[in-house]
Amino acid sequence: MTKNIDHISKKEFIEKLESYRKGSITRRHFLNVTGLGAAAAVMSASVPGLRPQPAFAGDIGDRVVLATWPNYHDPANFDAFTEATGAYVQVNVFGSNEEMLAKLQAGATGWDVYVPTNYTFEDYVKEDLIEPLDVSQLPNYDQSAFDARYAEAGSVNGKLYGVPKNWGSTGMAINTKHNGGNAISSWREFFDITMDKFSGRTIVHDYQLTTIGSALNAFGYSFNSIDEKELADAEKLLIDVKPHLFAITSDYQPGMRNGDAWLTICWSGDGKQLNSDMPEIAYVLGKEGGEIWSDYWAIPKSSERKAAAYALINFMLDPNVNVKEVLAHGYPTADSRTYNQLPDDLKSDPIIFPSQELLSPLEFGAAVTLTDPNRAELMARFKSA
Amino acid sequence: MLIIPLTVVFIFSFGERAPSGGVVLALTVEQYVNLPARWAAFKNTMTLAPIGTLSALFIAYPLAYFLAVKSHPRWKTILLVLVIVPFWTSILIRSYAWIFLLGGRGIPALLEWVGIEGLRLINTPFAVLVGIIYGYLPLMVFPIFVSLDKLDKRLLEASSDLGAKPWKTFLQVTLPLSIPGIATGCMLVFILLMGEYLIPALLGGGKVFFVGNALVDLFLQSRNWAYGSAVAVTLVVVMLVIVTIYMRLISRLGARREDVSIM
Repeated sequence: MTKNIDHISKKEFIEKLESYRKGSITRRHFLNVTGLGAAAAVMSASVPGLRPQPAFAGDIGDRVVLATWPNYHDPANFDAFTEATGAYVQVNVFGSNEEMLAKLQAGATGWDVYVPTNYTFEDYVKEDLIEPLDVSQLPNYDQSAFDARYAEAGSVNGKLYGVPKNWGSTGMAINTKHNGGNAISSWREFFDITMDKFSGRTIVHDYQLTTIGSALNAFGYSFNSIDEKELADAEKLLIDVKPHLFAITSDYQPGMRNGDAWLTICWSGDGKQLNSDMPEIAYVLGKEGGEIWSDYWAIPKSSERKAAAYALINFMLDPNVNVKEVLAHGYPTADSRTYNQLPDDLKSDPIIFPSQELLSPLEFGAAVTLTDPNRAELMARFKSA
Repeated sequence: MLIIPLTVVFIFSFGERAPSGGVVLALTVEQYVNLPARWAAFKNTMTLAPIGTLSALFIAYPLAYFLAVKSHPRWKTILLVLVIVPFWTSILIRSYAWIFLLGGRGIPALLEWVGIEGLRLINTPFAVLVGIIYGYLPLMVFPIFVSLDKLDKRLLEASSDLGAKPWKTFLQVTLPLSIPGIATGCMLVFILLMGEYLIPALLGGGKVFFVGNALVDLFLQSRNWAYGSAVAVTLVVVMLVIVTIYMRLISRLGARREDVSIM
């Protein structure tokens, strides 16, 4: 189970505290509280060119519920959406696709929008849990703008169920300060160093795909393997390594940031966020391979606020909004319109856009891993061992 | 209404995992045969729940004693409110505070300052125990407080007039008369602890695993409802056995006490 913690720097906290103590509030807070902000937003929205102008047909209700991953948005964009539409974005954070699927299978989640990963679509369609998308309600979606590699999994049997959100890789983040300034470069080293001088300092995800996948990679097997013997090897490695772990969690940034953890399985955008704030934390891909993934905006069939769901997705697809997302979370986008707006140093950033040579051994997660009972049970056994 | 969910769980426990998760009804004991795979979760629960209950008791008793017997009546209410105050916020928030306190920048950093280095507190069984004691202390304090508060002070005077030393009065009068409170408190805390899930998840870093966590995992990650149901049924049976034995012991203790009671 994971929860997102809102981080606030010491400086920011003291400033806020001081300003509250003095009885002053920020301009935005004031506008929010008084409702003047919303009024101003309505006014400015009617002046073309002042702000992105998503197409909203009428009232979409007072909120929209989003199920997403940790550290995956620019909260300012949600505020802007609320200002523009009156609908508040309620965010639920999850640690794995399996957890999302389980909640949807059990029914009545209350979610309107969620962000499933490429390998889950087949099952969502098979289980009839996902809504086919009506493109006419997404004027900001332009299929031709997207790189097909990161868009194709969103369609099943010729029907569109998801539009690309972001893509990225799954590698590792290491605090090089504790390794003589050096990073590591393979999954084998990841597990070896954990059982050696990084004992008690390593985090693995609470997520079967990446945690079992990394262990499989360490043996040189496929990230997606469901071969019984290969899974048995991976299980043995994971159980051996467990006493040396700091934690099993998909929300690894707090531990890495406060210095308790030195090494973690890491998604590229989190790697970028960590590296930007703490340059001693390096993000690297395992040379044996690993995961390349693409997440999509999608609507669960059970959503009761579909108008709001479409409005939110359409809003986020606006390149002007999307570019802020990328700048905030560091995950690349498959949308060329957004890509073109990115600053040049980001376009050449090796964490966000790794070289083709490093990308080529990576694999997209395979649908079979989502439902394979052995992988699911292996993960559960590892956790309860 | 109470029976239906339990029946469903019982029926599910003889089923099989559906291909993409959930349950297919069947008549197999396969899930029960697999139970040893969750032995570690049962072992953790069965050790940390009693230890947590007893630790809470040892901390709660002096506190309740002080509140009921020693504190000035004027302060009593205020002190009692202070015991409840933490209940006004969610255990989630309070556990997050402990995540910080036990993390590398909290207590270990302070200890480093006085020369004790390299201590790891967060994500250990100790951290879970601290969270448990902290979270459940009020549930232990209240029943004991109530039984001590009702205590007839004349009995204490009588004991002392008859020449008993204070500690003897405590052991022979106060303690026996507060046993109902202790029994209720222990049972409340123990039963809730057996199903605990949040505290180990937050303060154990996903490594200190309770049966509750195993259940969450089986239902919400690996989606094996049949196996999850079997684990749940087993937990209910284990609890039933323990609680029955416990009740027997307590009532026997109560019966023996009656001979010496002057009430």
